[in-house]
Amino acid sequence: MAFAAFATTEAQPQAPRKRSRIALLLLLPGILYLVLFFLTPLISLLLTSLQAPSEFGDIGMYDYAFNWQNYVDVVNAYWPHILRSFGYALAATVLALVISYPIAYFIGVKARRRPLLQSLLLVLVIAPFFISFLLRTLAWKQILSDESIIITSLKALSLLAPDAYFTGTPFAVIFGLTYNFIPFMTLPLYTTLERLDTRYLEAGSDLYANPVTVFRKVTIPLSMPGIVAGTLLTFIPAAGDYVNASRDFLGGPDTQMMGNVIEANFLVLLNYPAAAALSIILMAAILVLVGVYVKRSGTEDLL
Amino acid sequence: MSGEAQAGAVLGGLAGSEELEQRRPPQAPRRRRVGLGDWLLPVYVTIAFVFLLIPIAYTFVFSFNDSIKSNISWRGFTFDKWLNVCNVEGGAVCEAFGNSIVIALVSTVAATTLGTMIAIALVRYRFRARSAISLLLFLPMATPEVVLGAGLAAQFLAVGVPKDMLTIILAHTMFCISFVVVTVKARVASLDPALEEAGRDLYGSPRAVFWRVTFPLLVPGIMAAALLAFALSFDDFIITNFNSGSVTTFPKYVYISASRGIPAEANVIASAVFILALAIVVIAQVSRAARAKRLANAAG
Amino acid sequence: MSGREFAERGADLELVGIQKRFPGFTAIEELDLTIPAGSFFALLGPSGCGKTTTLRLVAGLEEPTQGRILIGGRDVTDTKAHQRPVNTVFQSYALFPHMSIIENVAFGLKRRRMDDPMGKAHEALKLVELDHLAQRRPAQLSGGQQQRVALARAIVNRPALLLLDEPLGALDLKLRRQMQLELKTIQEEVGLTFLHVTHDQEEAMTMADTVAVMNKGAIEQMGAPEELYELPRTAFVANFLGKSNLFTGDVVGTTSEALSVDVAGHRITVPVARAQRHQGLVTVGVRPEKVALHLEAPDAASTRNVLGPGRVIDVSFAGVSTEYIVAVPGAGTLSVFAQNVGFGPVAHEGDEVWVSWQVEHGFGLADEPEESDRFPADDDTRSIAVQRREALISELEGS
Repeated sequence: MAFAAFATTEAQPQAPRKRSRIALLLLLPGILYLVLFFLTPLISLLLTSLQAPSEFGDIGMYDYAFNWQNYVDVVNAYWPHILRSFGYALAATVLALVISYPIAYFIGVKARRRPLLQSLLLVLVIAPFFISFLLRTLAWKQILSDESIIITSLKALSLLAPDAYFTGTPFAVIFGLTYNFIPFMTLPLYTTLERLDTRYLEAGSDLYANPVTVFRKVTIPLSMPGIVAGTLLTFIPAAGDYVNASRDFLGGPDTQMMGNVIEANFLVLLNYPAAAALSIILMAAILVLVGVYVKRSGTEDLL
Repeated sequence: MSGEAQAGAVLGGLAGSEELEQRRPPQAPRRRRVGLGDWLLPVYVTIAFVFLLIPIAYTFVFSFNDSIKSNISWRGFTFDKWLNVCNVEGGAVCEAFGNSIVIALVSTVAATTLGTMIAIALVRYRFRARSAISLLLFLPMATPEVVLGAGLAAQFLAVGVPKDMLTIILAHTMFCISFVVVTVKARVASLDPALEEAGRDLYGSPRAVFWRVTFPLLVPGIMAAALLAFALSFDDFIITNFNSGSVTTFPKYVYISASRGIPAEANVIASAVFILALAIVVIAQVSRAARAKRLANAAG
Repeated sequence: MSGREFAERGADLELVGIQKRFPGFTAIEELDLTIPAGSFFALLGPSGCGKTTTLRLVAGLEEPTQGRILIGGRDVTDTKAHQRPVNTVFQSYALFPHMSIIENVAFGLKRRRMDDPMGKAHEALKLVELDHLAQRRPAQLSGGQQQRVALARAIVNRPALLLLDEPLGALDLKLRRQMQLELKTIQEEVGLTFLHVTHDQEEAMTMADTVAVMNKGAIEQMGAPEELYELPRTAFVANFLGKSNLFTGDVVGTTSEALSVDVAGHRITVPVARAQRHQGLVTVGVRPEKVALHLEAPDAASTRNVLGPGRVIDVSFAGVSTEYIVAVPGAGTLSVFAQNVGFGPVAHEGDEVWVSWQVEHGFGLADEPEESDRFPADDDTRSIAVQRREALISELEGS
């Protein structure tokens, strides 16, 4: 996991060396690149978010200003989208966790004795990565569309109301987000569960704990790093996603998320300050949430 | 996002070194009683995998659909789309696919080079501002793609750089670097420092030690990182969408065509890429297993 | 690059006033050491005593804070590892996993651009009887074979000085004994100077001509193995090299031959020549196997020290010998090793016994025993290195 990988930097059993000139040469190009194309853009974004429309300019012409009003405007205009983004992302994260945990447990613990099965299942988990995620999402749209076999047969069997529909609903968007991020959840969970020493579980049951208690008191706490990493890896991209919620995919007019309005404002309406202000809000909210979450779950060393 | 870092490791089947195998905890003896969990879990996992693979199967099946324009309802089986991929819409699919390949190749080379250098420096050298650099590498992975995309687009707008292939490559290289660093760093950290010391001890100058000992040992990690960067770049849509201007990549093509229906040719390309990637992974895994077995036999 | 030539024979090594400080602690306080050419020298000590650091300083993998390192009279302190006529057999062997065995062995020769590196490498492999595996990869070899390849890879360069960093630590006991003999034979054959670092006292004593016992960054005592064992000068050496029974008391009488020590009312006599201190509070001792156990009070004799009566508080039968732990009121507990010449132990727990030993077997120490002096001898140098670096890193991060 990236999160864990960064934690291990401090305890490398490597001899410190003095030749920092070489270190500088190695670091400089990459770091400069990130400063130029990651850090500076964030500052550009911040500056753009404070711009005001040019007085005599065309649409899409803005001047640098300190127009804090942009933030008030976007929150007033888009607060449902903001709430939806975090609501959908939260729901998808919880669902993905519930669905992924047994999968990861099975691959990491139960399949340990069979390495071939284990690697086969791992390949299957990441298999969706090999096919364009837009096509995967579109496939679901078509599989679950009103005219699809599944929906029509459900209706024929009266399991679904005749006027019921799936695509375009919040449920469909959450479904799509969940589906798309299951591999992101499963892999970090698998990594921690794979290292789980099953003797702890036996010690637990040896000490008169029933399987449910063992799971709650031993397995879950020991797999906490994987849970934290997996939920972050799901929540962050899910909150910023706009493909699933897009009208052409699984969403509808009432399911638009922040990503959709950022895209629309930036690429269609050319309202750059609004798009930038929304992006800054999204990023700030995610950083705060992640910080609080990591602190609360007692896994600061992950960051 | 960095779940894909592991995906990359599995994907290459290369970063997984033999040392990792040994760190596996001892296994519990087989349980005596066959309980509810013993069949419930496998059944659940089977269903979950079917669920995971449904859209892939759908995409694959519909690449054989004898569709006319949009590829929504089944109209009969044909190989035509596989044989004439580039014939639709004046080859727009193939052009987008070609763009994606070029972009992915260039940004993979750039990101792998820059990221590998950073990874080596991070593990091997002590310097001030270390935590600041770690943060700078971590943040792009914790930032939603839409923010990365909008930020770069705002910058290109402010500087007045026209959006084209180059801006896409610049953007992709940026978000791939962190993933390369994470993947390669794991490999550098797992290197036994005694190997390089042995190189120095055996009259190897610093340059000779790096190129004859360190670098060859890092190659599997670098390969895995490069595969990961390629996959990330090839499948990226959100960041591309903000920085592509009029250039179309394969994911962008799918996004644009989504409203009017995707031609089956897109399914053909996606399926072909899928099969190719799967084949690479399976071959890598099988050869790794075979190698491990051979080593075990020879040493035994 | 030093010397395109092979060293004809080993060179001597001289360490002058070496000090090595790491941020936060001192690994080597003050070290002066001369190892004559062609000798097999062992540095013996517990974890963290500074022996591995000493080795790494000689190899050029660390730089001393102070002092000079001379090899064959030439000052190499400021040269880098790859410029020193020194080769190391690493504890983990450190064979390059991406190269074949023969490429591993030829690595150093190629770096020095020697003629016919492959031919020389094959010859070195023949010396360790592994030439038939030349094309294999290290991972395909057993631990003992890898160890021999590591040795061949080092000696093929004919270094003036060969450093061995616990090279046998990873082998099982039987293989270790066998490799000890082989190493000794090879050293005699090639005539190089060997500097061997180990925490295994038996290994040091069976292989080396000279053993230096290191503790807390300094050499406590140096000499031939028998000398160190029979006449330890410090409590640390007395306890690290085998076991000792130690008693502390005041000197109450001195003749030209012997001194008498009063240990809680018991009088113990030690030859003057075998005692480091001759007055005041001194610590004297005797090895457990030199002590005899008596079921009845023995006759007093001026040539024997007698303690008793005491009680047997523990008996552990180990087949070839039996160890009795005897508590003598006032004098503390003693350990007695008795050969199993009859059938099993002669005394049992709770029995009243006396112990005695010949005066000439006793020794007097230069210091007093400290509780903390005994180190667990089973930590390997690798774990020390890791601990040390972690300490160092946390120090660096903190500053």
